[in-house]
Amino acid sequence: MNVDTITDADIAAARARLPSAFGLTPARRAARIAGWTLFAAWLVSLCWWFDITPERMTRGLSGLFVILRLMIPPSPGAQWDDILQGLAESVAMAFLGTFVAAVIAVPLGFLGARNVVVNALAHFSIRRVFDGFRGMDQLIWALAFVRAVGLGPLAGVLAIAAAEVCVLAKLFAEAIENADPRQAESVEAAGGSRTLAIRFGLLPQVLPVLLAQTLYSFESNTRSAAILGVVGAGGIGLQIAERIKVRYWDEVSFIIILILATVMLIDQLSARVRRRLIG
Amino acid sequence: MNSTSARIETAYQVRRRARLIAASAGGAALLACLLVSALVSEVYPSSLAAGLPRMGEYFAKLVPDFRWAHLFAGTGTEGSMAYWMYRADSWLWLLFETSQMAALATLSGAALAFLLCFPAAANLAPNRAVYVAFRRTLELFRCVPDIVYALILVWTFGIGPLAGILAIALHTVGALGKLFAEVVENADMRPWEAVISAGGNWFQAVRYAILPQVLPNFLSYVLIRFEINVRGATVIGFVGAGGIGQELYTVISFNYYQEISAIVVLIVLAVFAIDLTSEALRTRAIGRVRT
Repeated sequence: MNVDTITDADIAAARARLPSAFGLTPARRAARIAGWTLFAAWLVSLCWWFDITPERMTRGLSGLFVILRLMIPPSPGAQWDDILQGLAESVAMAFLGTFVAAVIAVPLGFLGARNVVVNALAHFSIRRVFDGFRGMDQLIWALAFVRAVGLGPLAGVLAIAAAEVCVLAKLFAEAIENADPRQAESVEAAGGSRTLAIRFGLLPQVLPVLLAQTLYSFESNTRSAAILGVVGAGGIGLQIAERIKVRYWDEVSFIIILILATVMLIDQLSARVRRRLIG
Repeated sequence: MNSTSARIETAYQVRRRARLIAASAGGAALLACLLVSALVSEVYPSSLAAGLPRMGEYFAKLVPDFRWAHLFAGTGTEGSMAYWMYRADSWLWLLFETSQMAALATLSGAALAFLLCFPAAANLAPNRAVYVAFRRTLELFRCVPDIVYALILVWTFGIGPLAGILAIALHTVGALGKLFAEVVENADMRPWEAVISAGGNWFQAVRYAILPQVLPNFLSYVLIRFEINVRGATVIGFVGAGGIGQELYTVISFNYYQEISAIVVLIVLAVFAIDLTSEALRTRAIGRVRT
């Protein structure tokens, strides 16, 4: 078709045949405009609800810049030993909590795995229980344990263990489900019982995976153990919260930097252990 | 023949002994670490013996006291489900507020992360200095937990949801920015070269070559982050930054046992529902790439 001979009728025919080649149809354009309008209305109503106004933002931000300026240079303050003890406490809480959680999560993981507990209803309900408990943040556990066993790192250890059990149990169950079934079958074919099949056919396959996941969760728990002290569950978080309360901003920034260094150190150590264990 | 099997036998014994030694050394190291951390975190047998019974007692008190006779009775009757959830309307409203805080925080954090992620991707950054600078900035945002941001922001923005939203948003910028940058680094660079060779500038190349490839993955990461932020928003109120956390903190500190369990059950259900919805949306977002 020559470009010069295209008539308006040709264009109209093409438009009728391929409407989407000529841009959005009116209906879709209307839907798009309605969507953006709704989105803008939602944003505006949230700003109104949460009282987000430009002057409040500028006032808050200028206050924040004052704090940031006071944070530099970071200084350890007079209580070096308190800070170091808090840091050690946080790492110890994470280590102990993760260990306890992993020990409890191994049998739970086997219970939640489809290839171990074959009953579909049992499998489904066990997994939902794990999911449900995962919805509770570690800090909720920490606050509850502080009320139950008193202030201090014991509450933190228990909180980390309780919150991590369900996470690890779910991960363990998935690792066990991904294992190769043939080795367990061969143990059973050679006359081994179900327990023996799990011990010699399944466990050797999944153990490195479980160890790796436990180490990962130790790393993430070191991060979260640093904040459990905010609600009184021991560790460095208490030191941070107290210094924020009395506005020693240079010490706050110092502790934050110290936490970062510790977390990086733990990450590297754990990566090294993981490489050695898994090869 | 005989000597061969004997050699194999000794080799096996040597291996076995080496493994045994390695295993016991590892076990001893683990035990030492456990003992040291128990000592540091004050987990002594005495404190455990004192704490564990109290723990059982505490959690037993949380169990709602239902009576079969009037389980479905109204709010006025003790032992009914309605009595347990007697303030469900205000709690549900607080949960809604919490979810909206998480949504707004995720959205604003994602918007900032979106702006920062392209120069933080090694394949798009104009030079190495820009790349390193943006990556370090993102790390700086990411490394401070949201609750610490909240503690600081409550000072400058006052008690209330705004401090919580900003705290979660700041952490989200770092977390999402890193993930976004990694997605961009994995993008196919041929469309980019095409746009550049057709005379497009950097912004046009990002818009027409990179964005269509990475948008579904960005969306999926934003939804995952939203799920995480909903959990974070339920506790950000512990330090006065709004949402259901403030209410939960009050009832836990005043030992209103039944209300604690009621609120926690509502939180778990809400988080679960949001996770399911977001998962469904996520599979749709990713699915759109393949078709």
